[in-house]
Amino acid sequence: MSQKKSGFHPAGYEPVLLARLGKPNSRHIDGYVADGGYSSWKKILSGVKTGEWTPVKVTDLVKASGLRGRGGAGFPTGLKWTFVPPKEKRGGKPVYLLCNCDESEPGTFKDRLLIETDPHQLLEGMMLASFALDVKHAYIYIRGEMVHGAEYLNEAVSEAYAKGFLGTDIQGSGLTLDITVHRGAGAYICGEETALIESLEGKRGHPRIKPPFPAVSGVWSSPTVVNNVETLACVKHILDRGPDWFKTLGRNEKNTGPKLYCISGHVERPGVYEGPMGLPFLELLALAGGVRGGKKIKAVIPGGASAPMLTAEEVQSLPLDFDGVAAAKSMLGSAAIMVMDENTDMVKAVTNISKFFAHESCGQCTPCREGTPWLNKMLKRIVAGQGKRQDLDLMLQIANQMGNGMTICVFADAAIAPVLSGVTKFRSEFEAYIAKSAALDYQLPAPAAVTDKVAARVAEGIHS
Amino acid sequence: MSGGANVPVDSLPGQPPVGEHGALSCGKDVKFSEEALAEFEKLLTRYPTKQAALLPSLWIAQREFGWISREAVDYVAGLLSLSPAFVWGVVTFYTMYNRAPVGKHLIQFCTSISCHLNGAEEVYHECRKKLGGLKPGETTPDGKFTVIEVECLAQCDKAPAVMVNGDDHAVITKDNLDKFLESLK
Ligand SMILES: Cc1cc2nc3c(=O)[nH]c(=O)nc-3n(C[C@H](O)[C@H](O)[C@H](O)COP(=O)(O)O)c2cc1C
Ligand code: SF4
Ligand code: FES
Repeated sequence: MSQKKSGFHPAGYEPVLLARLGKPNSRHIDGYVADGGYSSWKKILSGVKTGEWTPVKVTDLVKASGLRGRGGAGFPTGLKWTFVPPKEKRGGKPVYLLCNCDESEPGTFKDRLLIETDPHQLLEGMMLASFALDVKHAYIYIRGEMVHGAEYLNEAVSEAYAKGFLGTDIQGSGLTLDITVHRGAGAYICGEETALIESLEGKRGHPRIKPPFPAVSGVWSSPTVVNNVETLACVKHILDRGPDWFKTLGRNEKNTGPKLYCISGHVERPGVYEGPMGLPFLELLALAGGVRGGKKIKAVIPGGASAPMLTAEEVQSLPLDFDGVAAAKSMLGSAAIMVMDENTDMVKAVTNISKFFAHESCGQCTPCREGTPWLNKMLKRIVAGQGKRQDLDLMLQIANQMGNGMTICVFADAAIAPVLSGVTKFRSEFEAYIAKSAALDYQLPAPAAVTDKVAARVAEGIHS
Repeated sequence: MSGGANVPVDSLPGQPPVGEHGALSCGKDVKFSEEALAEFEKLLTRYPTKQAALLPSLWIAQREFGWISREAVDYVAGLLSLSPAFVWGVVTFYTMYNRAPVGKHLIQFCTSISCHLNGAEEVYHECRKKLGGLKPGETTPDGKFTVIEVECLAQCDKAPAVMVNGDDHAVITKDNLDKFLESLK
C-alpha cells in the first residue's frame, strides 16, 4: 500500500476509519480484536436475549447519527433501512444486505484501502447492519479487478467464522449470519445497485426499472439493502462511540461523521486522506502537498468522473460534503477529487471521460447506448482537428436529450455531466481547436421541441 | 451437453463464420479438476439459486482453462442447468472473462482520467511498441505478453496505474518501462 503512515489527516483530527492503517497485520482478526474490534458485535450478541439490544435500537442510533451513504448519492442510511417492510409484510421472504464494493468510479480508491488494510472493520459494520435489518445472509460484491482485495476479504470472513462471530446461533445468541464474498468480472455499471443485484443473480449487469425499489424487491425478489463499504464501516463506529460523537465530526447536522477523500491528478501526493465530513477543499489540497510543481489549478472534479467539473474559482471556499458540493452545482459523489493544473488540455480531458462512459454503457436504453459513443466521436473529431463550428451546440443538444429521466438508470445523466460542464465552462478551449479546423459548417437541427413531452411520458412509464 | 440451438449462427449474409453461440473453440473437451469441482459444489451452498453461481463458476473455469472457450461455456452451462447462449451472453457482458487465449502476463494499462492526466496513453503505446508493435489485445509470438487498455483500476494514486494478471504495480512511466518489462520475464 502506498499510503503514508502519517500526514493523511488534518492536524488535530483523530482518524477513525483509517485509525489502524499501517499497523502490522492490520488485516487479521487478532490485531483487530486486540484493538477493541468486535466489541459492539459482542455487545449485541450478549444483549439480544436480555432484550437490551433490538434491531430498532440499532437503526435508531444510525438514524440519530445522521450518517449518509458514502456510495455516491448521500442518502440517509438509517432512513433507507426503514424502507424494508416489517416481517409480517414480507411473505416469509428473507432480507438481504449487499455491500457495494464495486468501486469503479474513475478517481475512487478508498474502499480498496479499507478492505485491504482493515477488512474486519467492514465485516463488523455488516454484522451490526444485518442485525438491524434481520439479515441472515449478507454478500459483499467486489469488483473483479480487486483480486487481492477479494482474497483478503475471504480470509477475514474465514477468521470471523473460526472465532465464532459468524455462523448459526452465534455464541448462543440465537442469531444466524453468513457472509459471502462475490466477485464481479469487470463492468462499471455493476456499481449501480440494481445492476449489482442482477449481476449477483448471475446475469448481465442491466439496471432495473424502479420502482420496485430494492428495499421492497431486490435480489431474488426479496427485500434488499445495498450499502457502500465506507457506509457500513461507519456503522461500526456509531455503535462503538454513539451518534452524538459521530455528529461532532461533520460540518453541520446534515453532513456528519468521518470521511475518506481520494485525491488524484496533478497533486504532489495523491492518496486517500481522512478528515471530518465537510473538510474544505483547500485544506485537502494542502494535505496532498498542493498542485504538482507549484502550478495553478484549472479545473477540479469533486466527486468522480460523473460529477460536473468546477473551475479554480468555484473550489476556493468549497466544503467537501454532500450539501457543500451540491451548492456549487456539482456533487460529492464518491469523494474522488481530481485536480487538473493550468496546463491541462480540457478538450482531451473531456474526450477521455466521454470514452469511459461510451465504453461502460450497459446498452439497454437507446439514448445512452447511442448517445455516449456519439459524444465521444464528436469530441474525438474536434481533437483530431476536424471539428465544426456547430459541433459544440449539437453536443449540448444531444446531451440534454440523453439525461433528465430519459433512461432506466442515472448512468446517462452521469455521462453527460462532464460534457455539459466541460464544454460550458471551458468553451474557449474547444473553440480554439475548432478554429483551426477546415471542416465545413452545417445546419444545426432545430432543438427537439417534443423532448419535454417525451420525457414526461417516459417518467410516467417509469415512475407509475 | 450443449443445450442451445444446434444451428450455427453463421448463416447471415456477409457475416464472418462464427461457431455455435459465437464462442471460439479450444478444440478439446474440458472438465474441472477434482479440486475445482469441490470448490464448485461449495459455491452452490452459498446462494439460494444455482444461477447465482454463474460468475464465480466462470472464474473457476478461467483459472482452470486459461480462457472461456465454446467448450467451457457448454461445460459451465451444463453444470448450472443454463443454456449455453445465456452463459455466453453473460460472458460477453463482462470485460474480464477472456474470450481468447491471452499471454502469460496480461498487462492492463488504465487510461481513465487520473491516469490520462499522468500520461497513461503514452506509456501504453510505448509498451506495445517495445513489445514489437503489438496491437491492442494482441499477444507476443512467444505467448508471454498481452497488452490491453482498461478503465479505472481504483489505483489512481499510482497513476499511470498498471495491473498484470491480478497484481498491482507501482507507477509505470516511460522511464521505468524497460525495468518493468524485464521484471516480468
Ligand atoms: C452508474 C453508477 C455506478 C455506481 N457505482 C457505485 C460503486 O462503485 N460503489 C458504490 O458504493 N455505489 C455506487 N453507486 C451507487 C449505488 O447505486 C448505491 O446508491 C450505493 O451503493 C448505496 O450505498 P450507500 O447508501 O451506502 O451510499 C453507483 C451508482 C450509479 C448510478
Ligand atoms: S442509462 Fe445507460 S447504463 Fe443505465 S440502464 Fe440505460 S443504457 Fe444502461
Ligand atoms: S484513473 Fe487510472 S486507476 Fe483510476
